[in-house]
Amino acid sequence: MHYIPNTSVIEKDLLNAIGVERFEDLLTDIPEDYIKNCRIVLPEPLSELEVWQKLHSLAAKNSAAETMISFLGGGSYDHFIPAAIDFLINRSEFYTAYTPYQPEVSQGTLQAIYEYQSLVCQLLDMDVANASLYDGATALAEAAIMSINATKRNKVLVSPFINANFLKVLQTYLLAREIKIEFLGENNGRTDFGQLSAKLDNSVAALLVQSPNFLGNIEELNGIAARLHANQSLLVISVNPISAAILKTPGELGADIAVSEGQSLGIHQFFGGPYLGILATTRSLIRNLPGRIVGQTVDVDGKRGYVLVLQTREQHIRREKATSNICTNQGLMALAATIYLSLLGKNGLKQVAELCLNNAHYLAGKIESLKHYSLPYQSVPFFNEFVVETPIPAREIINAGLSEHFLVGVDLGEFRPDWGQRLLIAVTEKRTRQEIDDFIKFLIKF
Amino acid sequence: MSVPENLKYTKDHEWALISADLVTVGITDYAVKELGDIVYVELPSVGNTAIKGNPIGTIEAVKTVADIYSPVSGEIVEVNQALTDQAELINQDPYGAGWIAKIKLSNAAETAELLNPVNYQKLIGQ
Repeated sequence: MHYIPNTSVIEKDLLNAIGVERFEDLLTDIPEDYIKNCRIVLPEPLSELEVWQKLHSLAAKNSAAETMISFLGGGSYDHFIPAAIDFLINRSEFYTAYTPYQPEVSQGTLQAIYEYQSLVCQLLDMDVANASLYDGATALAEAAIMSINATKRNKVLVSPFINANFLKVLQTYLLAREIKIEFLGENNGRTDFGQLSAKLDNSVAALLVQSPNFLGNIEELNGIAARLHANQSLLVISVNPISAAILKTPGELGADIAVSEGQSLGIHQFFGGPYLGILATTRSLIRNLPGRIVGQTVDVDGKRGYVLVLQTREQHIRREKATSNICTNQGLMALAATIYLSLLGKNGLKQVAELCLNNAHYLAGKIESLKHYSLPYQSVPFFNEFVVETPIPAREIINAGLSEHFLVGVDLGEFRPDWGQRLLIAVTEKRTRQEIDDFIKFLIKF
Repeated sequence: MSVPENLKYTKDHEWALISADLVTVGITDYAVKELGDIVYVELPSVGNTAIKGNPIGTIEAVKTVADIYSPVSGEIVEVNQALTDQAELINQDPYGAGWIAKIKLSNAAETAELLNPVNYQKLIGQ
């Protein structure tokens, strides 16, 4: 198949018009050695059947979550995804839709985003949400930048137990801006807020905290917002969206900005993306929101319609002073989350959250009773994820699990050298009692 | 286009009403006509320092955003809070109810660098 659809006759005409004989004559300015090295040596073409076989044999090397019993978490979770979601988002009306450049022509896309924003506000108990961002990590970074712009201050206080990968993205985003990051201390697997008052001065734009945190522990956030607000600082909370169905919401906790990784809401784990960056805030910060916002209005005939609103925040109008240099969104993934939340409804989501909670606590209880394992943060409440201390390096248990179809968990040694005998284990509603009991039988062998 | 006699002007289309060491700042009738309907004003904070020629806030019209440049240096001592809910006051009365901020001069000599009404009128081609 030719990707440049010129026939040899057209090519000849083109070359004649330029005044050269062969295509290679156009490359004479490039030293010959470089051209030689540029030659791509490709294998012979394959038939469709051969390509199919080759790709399948490559794909078969993967251990996909569908074929494994997964206890992996750390920001990406193996939740059940109703078939309706993939069916609907694969419809061509939606599947090809990027955030459109002529947005109001695509009323269906805009309506879907509007519904998404409304659902996010209900879920997180916030006033206003944008049309979504790339993922939870960039949403957190954008929230930090928002708080800096809104307060005209230059420092953010950061919990040490925000997802370690999110923190890397945060540091990358803030690197080129003159924003200082100061970490709070830790206390038994949670943020040490004892130091908060001493650190609050008129340079602090916001506190960034995640709950449940990277270790699965639920942070004690009651009263934190008031302490920050007394210093005109903002509270940014990153949450697991499923947990928001049963835990105190960011809104209830007084958050000024709520962010979340939306993968749990009907989006496959894939290989780490595309995911969904959720960002919502209060009415008073609406003009500091990054990204696109869809609003509902009426046309000249009084008919309902959807439009992009508050575009003066964005790059095409405000140029370098835009609230963000990201103007795209995760339209398709936002649609998946919208369908997921619509299918489950308020009670369905609550049931999913309760199942996750109960399954995780059932497994934690079983592990605690094992002789050679322990739970280092036993006294701290958790949602669906917890840390386990292992008798041998966690990596060895993880490797052994692969052949028994277990994705055992996250090796915390990857994040701190002294955590090499620590596993981060997540349990979702998908895990059955049988699977959990089998997992215990597997663990007991070490 | 109205260019009141009692005011001084900047080439960025702000006006300044100088009364001893207190300077009231707004944007001119010409600027308002260029921007169209104003929907939002980002005001400076009282107590902040203004530096001549640097932005002290922004004005959002329906399809554009413009910075408000301070005509003088000094401390922001008052801002027009009414604009928070009624940005259109700038459209209705740019030299009166649409004032933006009051600045306590830190360098009185700077006022001599502002344009007088005749020169401002020349600038806007009238």
